[in-house]
Amino acid sequence: MRQTAAARLSLRTLALGYLVCLLVVPLMMIFFRTFEDGFAAFWDQVATPASIAAIYLSLVIVAIVVPLNVVFGLVTALALARGRFPGRGVVQAIVDLPFAVSPVIVGASLILLWGAGGWLGGVAEAGFQVIFSLPGMVLATIFVTLPFVVREVEPVLHEIGDEQEQAAATLGASRLQTFFRITLPSIRWGLAYGVVLTVARALGEFGALIVVAGGVPGESQTLTLLVHSRFIDDQNTFGAYAAATVLMGMALVTLLLMTVLNRKREAA
Amino acid sequence: MITVTGATKRYGDFRALDDVSLEIPAGSLTALLGPSGSGKSTLLRVIAGLEDPDEGSVVISDRDVTAAPPQRRNIGFVFQHYAAFKHMTVRANVAFGLTIRKRPKAEIERRVGELLEIVGLGGFQKRYPSQLSGGQRQRMALARALAVEPEVLLLDEPFGALDAKVREELRAWLRRLHDEVHVTTVLVTHDQEEAMDVADNIAVLNEGRIEQLGTPLELYEQPANEFVMGFLGPVATLRGRLVRPHDLVLSREPATGAVSATVGRVTHLGFEVRVELDSDDNERLSAQTTRDEARRLDLRTGEKVYLTPSAGPQLVPEPASAA
Repeated sequence: MRQTAAARLSLRTLALGYLVCLLVVPLMMIFFRTFEDGFAAFWDQVATPASIAAIYLSLVIVAIVVPLNVVFGLVTALALARGRFPGRGVVQAIVDLPFAVSPVIVGASLILLWGAGGWLGGVAEAGFQVIFSLPGMVLATIFVTLPFVVREVEPVLHEIGDEQEQAAATLGASRLQTFFRITLPSIRWGLAYGVVLTVARALGEFGALIVVAGGVPGESQTLTLLVHSRFIDDQNTFGAYAAATVLMGMALVTLLLMTVLNRKREAA
Repeated sequence: MITVTGATKRYGDFRALDDVSLEIPAGSLTALLGPSGSGKSTLLRVIAGLEDPDEGSVVISDRDVTAAPPQRRNIGFVFQHYAAFKHMTVRANVAFGLTIRKRPKAEIERRVGELLEIVGLGGFQKRYPSQLSGGQRQRMALARALAVEPEVLLLDEPFGALDAKVREELRAWLRRLHDEVHVTTVLVTHDQEEAMDVADNIAVLNEGRIEQLGTPLELYEQPANEFVMGFLGPVATLRGRLVRPHDLVLSREPATGAVSATVGRVTHLGFEVRVELDSDDNERLSAQTTRDEARRLDLRTGEKVYLTPSAGPQLVPEPASAA
């Protein structure tokens, strides 16, 4: 279909305007409000003990979740791409479950399982607190971020095929040597992209955490929960903007990484 | 020497290999020739340990390797699509097997240098596979397979992904290489010309079985059956017997035992001239003759000629029920 220059221009303007109004303007507003009174006022809100603890907690959750997802994601992606086993279709569907299920439901289900009276509630009674504490938050975050590594790595494994791995085997490499010398380097950009998506999603998770996390400042309050709490409980809108800007800063870094990695991945 | 005994491999109801036994002499270059689905690649992969046979055994140099993984068979394997390690330089690709075996750095350096000279990639050490042509990649793959000094070299349609000219060059080059290195080599191909060009022995496979094993000349002159005869070259039917079109002698004069036929289309293919014929027995066949002979006979469409088969192989096809 041929378009006139005018039609093309107006379509582009419309698409760009849509993006600006819905995505850029709201985020710019937060940015603008945060630095309205200068950097010092922003820093005062970021340097509070509750805020520092929240940043720290968010990063701790990421630091636990990412390695677990990498190991699980690689094993699952390898099994799905290379293995022929009964129930493969079921595994495919289960991996995508977190995309379909609302995070609030994830949180609620974790409470039903681990909370007082739940199937595994005994663990809490024995003195190991899951719900309203770090283990529960980690479990919730793993649930919502689980598909990313699998879904980024599996297609790359299909694409590279298994001939390189077979060639390595005929040259004397063991399974482990083949994995570290051949498979892993071949999928590295796909894996890195999956990790960045996991980090972005883990930092931004809110729905599941508001249910399972206690939200106690300095103990069980992540950055997203801090933004929410400052808004709703403390009526501290400026503080909420400041915390949101920190979160946005982290997101911006991951976004940059995503763009760079995506290029590498497509070039590889 | 490689000895395969009673190898059978099934994929569901499909028998890729059906009780195959084969002996490959040490130092020879043997081709496994057959159409796709004949089991030739499966047989090669069973020898390599990349497929486990359901039944049967594989012995390489007096060692039963049936249960051994490919890592412990001391083989070199070359794939149709090169299987180059894309993230490694040419040097690292060729050095891979030696690095895994933890050979001293100096030795690896020397051996890789030697091999790259042999395969004509001396100046390409620091390149990546993506910077090489298909023919160069396959030569790199050969050097990589030879680096570990394998007892047997297994090639799975190694020239199948290359264009015709490069394929012929590499074929001649492989034959020269084999005459220098003398490693027992098995080559899988569906191209009968390739097999006859490079191999000392050819095993013709069909439907998971070996139809015949012999030298190229034996197979061509004494084919065991219709399939082998048809797969190795063109076939014409004369009075119910299978003959090679170039073994048909055309004459203007009737002779005893000659079949009379009418000339159809005459096609000049340079040195060779192909003559379509309708015999008086109502068989349609084509004969091959030389340019000079065709000129002497002055063949024209619609004219009568007399056909006699000359010395070559003649076969009476088996009744269809036996197939």
